[in-house]
Amino acid sequence: MTVTAPERESGQRDGQFPTEDEYQGQLGRRTRRASWFQAACLLALVIAVLALATLLYTIINDSFGLVAIVNQNDPEDIVAGLGHDPEVFTIADLSYDEMVDLLEANVSSGVGRRLEREQRFYEHRLVFEDEGTWTEICASDAPPTGCTAGPRDQANLAALVQERVVMPDVIASYQLVPSLLRPEEFEREVEQGFAAGRFTDHTLDQVEIEWRAWFNPTFLVTPQNSTPEVAGIRTAILGSAWLVLITVLFAVPVGVGAAIYLVEYAKQSRMNDFIQTNINNLAGVPSIIYGMLGLAIFVRVLEPFTSGAIFTEGVPPSEDGRTIIAAGLTLGLLTLPVVIISAQEALKAVPDSLRHAGLALGATRWQTVRSQIIPVALPGILTGTILAVARAIGETAPLILVGAASFITTDPTGPFSKFTALPIQIFQWTSYPQQEFHNIAAAASVALLVLLLTLNAVAVILRNRYSRRAE
Amino acid sequence: MNSDQRVAEGQSPNSFRSKPRLGETLIRGFLFVCGALSIAITIGIVYELGTESFLFFQDERVTIVDFLTTTVWQPQVGGFGIWPLVLGTLYIAVVAMVVAVPMGLATAIYLSEYASERVRGFFKPVLEVLVGIPTVVYGFFALTFMTPLLRSVFGSNVVGFFNVLSAGIVVGILIVPLISSLAEDSLRAVPDSLRQAAYALGASKMEVSTRVVVPAALSGIAAGVVVAMSRAVGETMVVTLAAGAAARNFTFGEDSLFGYILNPFQGAQAMTGYVAITASGDIAYNTIDYNSIFAIGLTLFFMTLGLNSLSRRFVSRFRQKYE
Repeated sequence: MTVTAPERESGQRDGQFPTEDEYQGQLGRRTRRASWFQAACLLALVIAVLALATLLYTIINDSFGLVAIVNQNDPEDIVAGLGHDPEVFTIADLSYDEMVDLLEANVSSGVGRRLEREQRFYEHRLVFEDEGTWTEICASDAPPTGCTAGPRDQANLAALVQERVVMPDVIASYQLVPSLLRPEEFEREVEQGFAAGRFTDHTLDQVEIEWRAWFNPTFLVTPQNSTPEVAGIRTAILGSAWLVLITVLFAVPVGVGAAIYLVEYAKQSRMNDFIQTNINNLAGVPSIIYGMLGLAIFVRVLEPFTSGAIFTEGVPPSEDGRTIIAAGLTLGLLTLPVVIISAQEALKAVPDSLRHAGLALGATRWQTVRSQIIPVALPGILTGTILAVARAIGETAPLILVGAASFITTDPTGPFSKFTALPIQIFQWTSYPQQEFHNIAAAASVALLVLLLTLNAVAVILRNRYSRRAE
Repeated sequence: MNSDQRVAEGQSPNSFRSKPRLGETLIRGFLFVCGALSIAITIGIVYELGTESFLFFQDERVTIVDFLTTTVWQPQVGGFGIWPLVLGTLYIAVVAMVVAVPMGLATAIYLSEYASERVRGFFKPVLEVLVGIPTVVYGFFALTFMTPLLRSVFGSNVVGFFNVLSAGIVVGILIVPLISSLAEDSLRAVPDSLRQAAYALGASKMEVSTRVVVPAALSGIAAGVVVAMSRAVGETMVVTLAAGAAARNFTFGEDSLFGYILNPFQGAQAMTGYVAITASGDIAYNTIDYNSIFAIGLTLFFMTLGLNSLSRRFVSRFRQKYE
């Protein structure tokens, strides 16, 4: 049997090792290629981080900046007219009575009556309506919401004054970075816009160029509005809070229970393997499909429950099942597999010696689980749950399916009311073409990201403390 | 005679076997129900999607054959071919994979093979933040940053306001951390002895990474890629906001393949986009629109289920090799 030598590449003499020069050249090429490769890998990592930075930059950039604004009534004049110093005093600092007076002086009586029927201004005094008509309409078959709801609060009234008295109209807005670098260019653009006849409703001398933070404390406490200048995310924040509450109440007990069953009780059997595979599969189902499930089951089939009809006599709290409870349960189903899987990980990390010790002392399985295993696994379970909840807060697609309404101006009153949520607001405002809506979409994104980053930070801190203790 | 007395008298007790306790049984039952609920959810999904899709195909305007073979999706005028929506979904997913696979893999190789503990400690949380950002914010990013960028690079007469490329790139960015974290896990699981053997033979770090570690971790990496693909297919918000609300209807042979059917610069509605747009607002029950979203949902469900099962098969192959 003969062995033939492999054919050598050209440049290499048969039967000889490469010369020193050839060897050095080849080694140099290999080293260079290796460092290029390392640089390319590092570049990919840097690009991924840059993508994150760009995303944050885009959102911040749209949340602040210069605006060209036309106020029907200048807020500084209003404040000065009431005898306050406009340098330090803003509309929001006015007293409740002063704001009601302003409204009375500036809105027509028809609009005033409509606002009062929506929600009254004082507990014991009517501003626009007269007592007789009020008692009459409240006794009618379909009394307006103002008859039952409590009086407006300070934030609500301040928003109303902005909307009805100041009536700001942003005719152009500029992003943060150009506003800082080239503020004069914005003025020129606005002037050119007027010269080209783009802003026909106003004249140039009415326009004030001012700095505006779209993301500000007022934005957080103002209800939703169809004009972006006075819109806020109060209703959306409250809606999201309700959703989280219901999601947690459903997903955490059930999810942790399922994890305990699978880790502590289940023996190797076909049924239990099937449950495990099934949970892994569910974790990969797109969220929009959970939305369809929610629409078909919670909104449609369980409508008497989700609209609250079976809990009340007469008129149900909501005319259909597109309510907070339906959406919260849908998000609960969506979060469930994630909670189960992370709780399983936490339980599996508990050393077996604890189980054996508990059982050896004569404790029953549940006693062991309750007083030995769960306390040790708790930080891990909590971390997983917080991360799952953070994911649920940001989910948009299932909420669209179960019918989150984007235009809700009143606070949700309970699990059976109609609702809107933060991601829904961002989606809706992003899909409008006007720049001002993009500004408030960006500001709402800032609010959402701050919330989620806080939750993530809590989870990370918990995890670090826990892992340090385990070492 | 009870057992205590027997023990006192030096006799062995008749039984130390645990007695059935009502409380224990109830708790065990409750926990089992919690576990079994996941099966109920699956059955619920399949049942609801199935029955509503069945109603959809019962409609005289729709046949399964047309649904699966024709290439026009226009429910208003009776065009019920799913291919334009599948085209939108797959096209966006492919663009996303072209962005995400090289980036995710290179990131994973760097983090697992090159980075020091400190560098890793900095970059890992950053990538985790990227995972935590809601997809609707990515949608905003696509519409207000990526689309204007593409329009200024390629010309606004070439690139439409809604386009596949912008949606695809942003979905790609969204799944990079998914690929990189799964791939990194499997790269790190490759035993060090393999690396040391290769170094001993004189291999450079790059040769060790690309010819030894990556091939050894290949099935784990493949699992990550397939999971990411499934994620891209099911992604909704970016696609709805950035890829437009018009299905790209086409006719084979008549429409030019690269000028129209596969043009990345124009919009193409995806399956998820159609479902989200159709369902927003108060959709009326038992209409053809209502039923159609379930037929599309069922198709989507099977697509992602297939991808996820494929991924699990890769994972179990990887496990067999190293565990």
